[in-house]
Amino acid sequence: MTLGTSTRLGLFLLLAPILVWLIALLVLPHADMFLVSMREKVAPRTYEFSLANYAEFFTEPLYWRTFARTAIMSIAATAMTLLIAFPVSYYIAKMLRGRLKSFLFLLCLVPFWVSELVRTFGWMILLRESGVFSNVFQWVGLADAPVEMLYNDATIMVGLVYTSMLFMVVPLVTTLDSLDDAQVEAGYDLGGNAFTVLREIIVPHAMPGIVSGCIVVFMLTLGNYLTPVLLGGKDSLWFTAQIYTQFITRFNWELGAAFGFLLLALSSLIVWAGLKVTRQTLTETMG
Amino acid sequence: MIPSIPQPKAFRFLYGSYVVLFFIYLVMPLTVVAVFAFNDSMFPSLPWGGFTWDWFFNDTEPRLGLFHDSRLLESIWTSFVIACWVTVLSVTVGTTNAFLFERRDFPFKNVLYMLMLLPLVVPGVILGISILVFSSTIANWLENSFGLDLMFLRPSTFLVILGQFSFIATIATLVIAARLRKFDTALEEAAQSLGASRLTAVWTVTIPYLKPAIIGAAIVSFLMSFENFNTTLMLVGSDQPLTIAMYGRLREGSTPQLNALSMLLMAVSGTLALMSVFVQRDRN
Repeated sequence: MTLGTSTRLGLFLLLAPILVWLIALLVLPHADMFLVSMREKVAPRTYEFSLANYAEFFTEPLYWRTFARTAIMSIAATAMTLLIAFPVSYYIAKMLRGRLKSFLFLLCLVPFWVSELVRTFGWMILLRESGVFSNVFQWVGLADAPVEMLYNDATIMVGLVYTSMLFMVVPLVTTLDSLDDAQVEAGYDLGGNAFTVLREIIVPHAMPGIVSGCIVVFMLTLGNYLTPVLLGGKDSLWFTAQIYTQFITRFNWELGAAFGFLLLALSSLIVWAGLKVTRQTLTETMG
Repeated sequence: MIPSIPQPKAFRFLYGSYVVLFFIYLVMPLTVVAVFAFNDSMFPSLPWGGFTWDWFFNDTEPRLGLFHDSRLLESIWTSFVIACWVTVLSVTVGTTNAFLFERRDFPFKNVLYMLMLLPLVVPGVILGISILVFSSTIANWLENSFGLDLMFLRPSTFLVILGQFSFIATIATLVIAARLRKFDTALEEAAQSLGASRLTAVWTVTIPYLKPAIIGAAIVSFLMSFENFNTTLMLVGSDQPLTIAMYGRLREGSTPQLNALSMLLMAVSGTLALMSVFVQRDRN
């Protein structure tokens, strides 16, 4: 066997697993889902090509409102996560040194290795009518009857921001860590104040981290199911819950597939726009 | 805003307090979950009823301890089996992918790399439903054309494994490829010039070098599979993995038994997480 054929064979053997994986579990399923979303049941076991499912989405206010609401709340949650995480990441990356620094960074990571279910359960124990906060408020005299803090949008927000924190803190700390202190000092030497240094030096330097953090957080929030459903209850109106209802409860796969595609389109569009605006590529951001 | 630049004391104090508050926010939900696992009461809420181990070890209803609840133990086992399969598949494919992307050049390599990253961008619920739709299409076609009724192509543990593998493989690939990138190929060449065949060289030199990354990828894959909810929810069959069983109980109304279970999960994932951090750290 010559070297040429043996490397050919090697390449083929290395290509086989990834092609099977990506074609059988990613490309074909999505293509099939797309086909299912483009058909309509006209009689038992008889389907016709139609755009009825997409038409239903746009004509039924519940559906498109849920969609818009999910998108807007995801953007808001992403912005809030960034605002809360940035000062903390900066503190860990630039203000601390040595052991305390690595300990606090690790402390940021560890909670997120715990299942999202457990984290959400924690918030339920804290916020429900018989929960810890409600009891504390009554005890200090801020309230005279049990307070229900679950099942509203603010609570969904708290849960979403909490769940997303890791994916913002890690990229931010990593990029801020690589910022040379001398650059910040130079900014001050040239007459900058805290605000101008932040705007002209720190934020531009942290941009790659901000972008990849925001993209990941947005995607995870948009596709989240547990947090909105458990913390928001029946009225959470999250789009993934709508997909679940169509697929599992109503058994209307055609409509569910159309919804899935719309969510995928929105998610891809925002990721793409985010990358375009900041001139980055998916490969740099993820890999 | 770095230590070498003087800042007003009040600012430093406020900034420090903010960071402290952040960490309280971070640990608070997990702390209450852990504390109420020991509450001597039927509900995981105040008032505090005293300390008890019942929610772990008691063997009678209504206070069935976690270790005597056979349904719960079964779902832990289901999750464990699924996670093992997903780990083996993901690490294997991740390793071959790492060699493919780091060592080979072929047409459309960048396209394939982008495609490989896509599972991270697709929401888990959608990965789940697309696999559900596609496997049903195959199952229906087999049934109509050949009269074959393959149950594993309907929602089942098999589909859960495939669904989780479909995105965890990407993560395993990234972890392993990152380490392979740092490998000095001269070492492999040295082994070959000393008479080893190419495969022997890879097996005895490169793979041992990759070991920390492979172990790290295995731990991460196992945890991600064990804790996965979104993709699993769409594909689950009659055997409920732990997250699905827990979700069901959480909606029915919870007893401190659920806290005990959560605590066990925290202990296990915390340990595994620290292990993976230390395994990965060794490479520096």
